[in-house]
Parts: sequence; C-alpha cells; structure tokens
Amino acid sequence: MSAQLSVRDLSITLQNGVRILRNVSLEVGAGRVHGLVGESGAGKSMIGKAILGTLPHAMNVTGGQICFGDVDLMAMAPKARRTWIGANAALIPQDPLTALNPSKRIGPQITRRLVDILGWAKTNAKARALDLLAEVQITDPARVMRSYPHELSGGMRQRILIASAFAAEPKLIIADEPTTALDVTVQKQILKLIAQMQAEHGTALLFVTHDLGVVSKVCDTMSVLYAGKVLENAQMRRFFTHPIHPYSRALLAATPTYSNPTGSLAQVPQKVIDGVEQDIRHHDIRNHI
Amino acid sequence: MRDARADIRRPLGARLWLSGGWLTLLVLGALLAPLLAPHDPLAQDLFAGRLPPFWQDGAQRGYPLGTDSLGRDVLSRMLYGARLALVVALVAGTLTCLIGATLGLIAGYYRGWADIIISRIVDIWMAFPPVLFAILLIAVLGTGLTSIIIAIVVIDWTRFARVVRAEAMTQSAMDYVASAQVSGRGHFSTMLTEILPNVLPTILALLTLEMGIAVIVEAILSFVNLSISTDSPTWGGMIAEGRTSVHQAWWVLVFPLIALFLTVLSFSQLGEGLKDRFDPVLR
Repeated sequence: MSAQLSVRDLSITLQNGVRILRNVSLEVGAGRVHGLVGESGAGKSMIGKAILGTLPHAMNVTGGQICFGDVDLMAMAPKARRTWIGANAALIPQDPLTALNPSKRIGPQITRRLVDILGWAKTNAKARALDLLAEVQITDPARVMRSYPHELSGGMRQRILIASAFAAEPKLIIADEPTTALDVTVQKQILKLIAQMQAEHGTALLFVTHDLGVVSKVCDTMSVLYAGKVLENAQMRRFFTHPIHPYSRALLAATPTYSNPTGSLAQVPQKVIDGVEQDIRHHDIRNHI
Repeated sequence: MRDARADIRRPLGARLWLSGGWLTLLVLGALLAPLLAPHDPLAQDLFAGRLPPFWQDGAQRGYPLGTDSLGRDVLSRMLYGARLALVVALVAGTLTCLIGATLGLIAGYYRGWADIIISRIVDIWMAFPPVLFAILLIAVLGTGLTSIIIAIVVIDWTRFARVVRAEAMTQSAMDYVASAQVSGRGHFSTMLTEILPNVLPTILALLTLEMGIAVIVEAILSFVNLSISTDSPTWGGMIAEGRTSVHQAWWVLVFPLIALFLTVLSFSQLGEGLKDRFDPVLR
C-alpha cells in the first residue's frame, strides 16, 4: 500500500524554544484511516495544522519532511502550497460551532472550494453541495443551504462540515477530534457517518482523537503520541492485542470497558510516565548536540 | 423552525426609535436650515439683545428661542450649527473609521511585524493627552473645517485600531478562518471575506459612537475658540458665548447644550441598537 501522506522527522518549536513536536514520523496509506491518539497537549492537533499549513504564528516547523503522495509540501512556496492543499486535502474541525462563518449562509461556505480552486460553475457546485448534504443525511438540503450557521444544531453543523470536507473529493482528510464537542448520542452518529463517507469516497483519513474506543472502531493503523513524540506506530489490531510500548500498554489498561464498568478508573502508572519523559530528555539532548 | 422565526416581526425598540428620531429631525433641520430659520444666523440686532424664549415675559414674535447678547436668533444659529456638527460627525467619523479599522484589521489578522509596528504606534499615540493634542494640531494647521476634521481623525483613529484589532484576533482564532485558509484562500481575501463581515457590527457601533465624539470634540474646540471661525454658528461657540451671560440669558447656553447632549446620546444609542439588531450571532 503506497502512502498518501508521509511525515518524516517533523519537529515544531515554539518561538521561545519549547519543543512541541519531536521528530514525529507517521504514514497514512491511500484510502486508509490512520488514528493519532494522545493526551491533551501531546501535540496531536499541531501535526494536522502543520500538514495543512495553518500553524499558529508563534510556532515554526524546525525540521522534517511532509510528503503528500510524491509532492514535498515543505519545498513549496506558501501560496502554491495553499492552493495544492485546497485542492487535495480538507479538514473536519473539532468544534462545529466555530468552524462555520457566522455571517455567511451555508451554501456558499460549502461551494467556495469548488468554485475558487477547482473552477466549477456556480450551478454545478450548488448541485454537488445539495447531493452531499443529502448524503450526510440532512433533511431538506435546499433549506439548509440558505440558512445561517446559528440557525442549525451542533450535530447538523458537523454534518455540513463533513459534507464540505468531502466536496472536492480530496485525497486526504484530517479529522481533528471531530466528535469531541458533540454530545454522546450525536457522537456515535457522526462517527458512523465519517467512517461510511470515508469508505464510499476512498479518501485517506488522519483521525486525531484522545479516545481509544473511537480508534478501535474506525482506524486501520495508528500512532501514539506523548509530549510531542511518537511512542508507537502500529497496525490497529496488533496494537490492541500486543501493544509494544509500556505507555501504550498502560493506556489500554486505563480504558474503561463494559466488562468492568464499576471498577475505579485506572491511571497510567507514574513509573511509565517517568520512563517516557526520561526518553524524551535523552532525545532532546541528542538532538541539541 | 427558521421560517417561523423569520415571520416574527421584531419591533425596532424604543432605543432605535428615539435616537433615530432625534437624528432624523436634526438632519432635516440642518438640510432645511435656510427655509426653517426665522433669521439670518449672523444678523445682529442690538435693539433685540437677550430676548427670552417664547414662553417668558418680554419674548418677541419671530425669536422662538430668544436671542443672544448681540441680538442674534438662537434657533437660527442652532439650525446652522447643526449643519456643521453633522458634517464634522459624518466626515470625521467615517475617515477615522476607515483608517483605524483598516490598521486594526491588518494588525489583528496578520499579527507578526505588522501588529508590532501598528500596536506600538497606537500605544505611543494614546499617551498624548487628546484635547491638548487637538489644540496643538489646530494651532499648527490653522482654524477651519478641514483642520477640525483632520484633528479628530488624527486623535481618534487609535480607538478603532485597538478595538478592531482585538476583535479581528478573536475571529482569526476561530476554526472557520482555518477552514477558509485550508480551502486555498489567500490571506488578504480571507481577511476581507471571512473576518471583516464578522467584525462589521463592532465597527458600525464604534462608528456611530465616534460620530458623537466628533461632535463633542468640535464643541470643545469651539469652546476654546479654535473651531471653524468665530462668526460661523457652532454649538460649541454658542455654549462658550452663552457662558459669559448665563445669569442674564441662560437660554443662549442651555438650548445648544441640550442639542449637543441629545445628539451625542443618540449617536451612541443608535450604534448599540444597530449592533444588537444586525450582529449575526446575537440576532
């Protein structure tokens, strides 16, 4: 399986020298789903932002390569890169409440990419948007196209964002914790929808989450991130049956299960954390020399 | 559900009615001043000095709000004064808004060097005492309508720059801006098509506030005799003249003061009312 996206030795550093990512490498196979798990603050979202070129101002990519198919994104000029990304990749953001422009109707927000980058005629783009909205199970797509974001529920907005992400048939979609901001019943539907859309459209998906349960349902391969470092890249089934890294094992042990619902919540043991952090310190020292 | 909501006609609210009403009245009065004013605002009649307003003893027909110590009609002078006040409010307010909002938007969206430079200039600018700054400017530029407008713009653009910058920064952090960038939008077009429409309600509210402030600044400058010229009728000039004879003829001071007060209040209330009505999130 050829890789749709391969990130090699990616490092991101804050302006004040704090390291956000430490030589991160991962691959997303064409048409495959890759899960990226880690605690909050581990740098999961920053990997997605680095790929899409939307890192905050204070952060800089200080090393590494991001290859999209055969194209090296880091070697592209910013403007060319934006257009390339616009045509080939898309984002399903974390918070559907802030991800749609509140002052614009839904329709133009979905068709914008088709018209702007792919040069579609407006009527074709509109027809396509209506199809997509129907595909993400929105009733009365024509009415929704005319609505403003504040008139719709969170779950509906997330459906719209999913439709919008798939609109231009991108080769890669980055889903940045797409279900975190939704309530549990809606989460399940949205998850199912994303998996279904991904399978139908054959898009490679980088699925950022902190929920191992979600990963086990939708992903083919996965990476575990801790403090900006990838601890383990694994095939999904192998990870859940034979995790290699002690942190991965501890993480799996800490996941609440149906079979033990009343048991107290397990923690990742301090010994494991200490070991990982020592590794990271060594890694930093090695890289500074 | 949306359709049901759209069907509800929301009343304009007392705030918009009252402030809009006063401003409409003012605009009409200013436009029709030559028709409405009973006298030439500059004509003096020393035999008709300090006539009281119409309900007091000794009032004369034709001078409904009385006359000042030189026998000039107060109502006529107020109507012509409204012209100057409104011209200053509209022109100075709009120019201030354009300059300040543009710089604020650039600083808030682009951050980095543009932000550092613009923010430092704003900080330094705001350290000057504004009224003193205005008086100095007028002293250098010379009196006249243009100088007044330039002085107001030069002093007040920082207010817009500050507020719009903060608002643009908040909006830039929203996911929809990242989505726009990811769909291949350039920075400039993202700023204009994504950020600006969402900052617009704030800009609108500030603009009306600024118009009120412009009227006040003009009055302050008239008060210290630095406005347009001593013989053009301005509210500030009338207040300054009325002050000297307040014990003999209070009406020369009080009527322009009321007009000034109502105008400034109406501008700010209009802004708030419009923001409440047109902000897409509050709507």
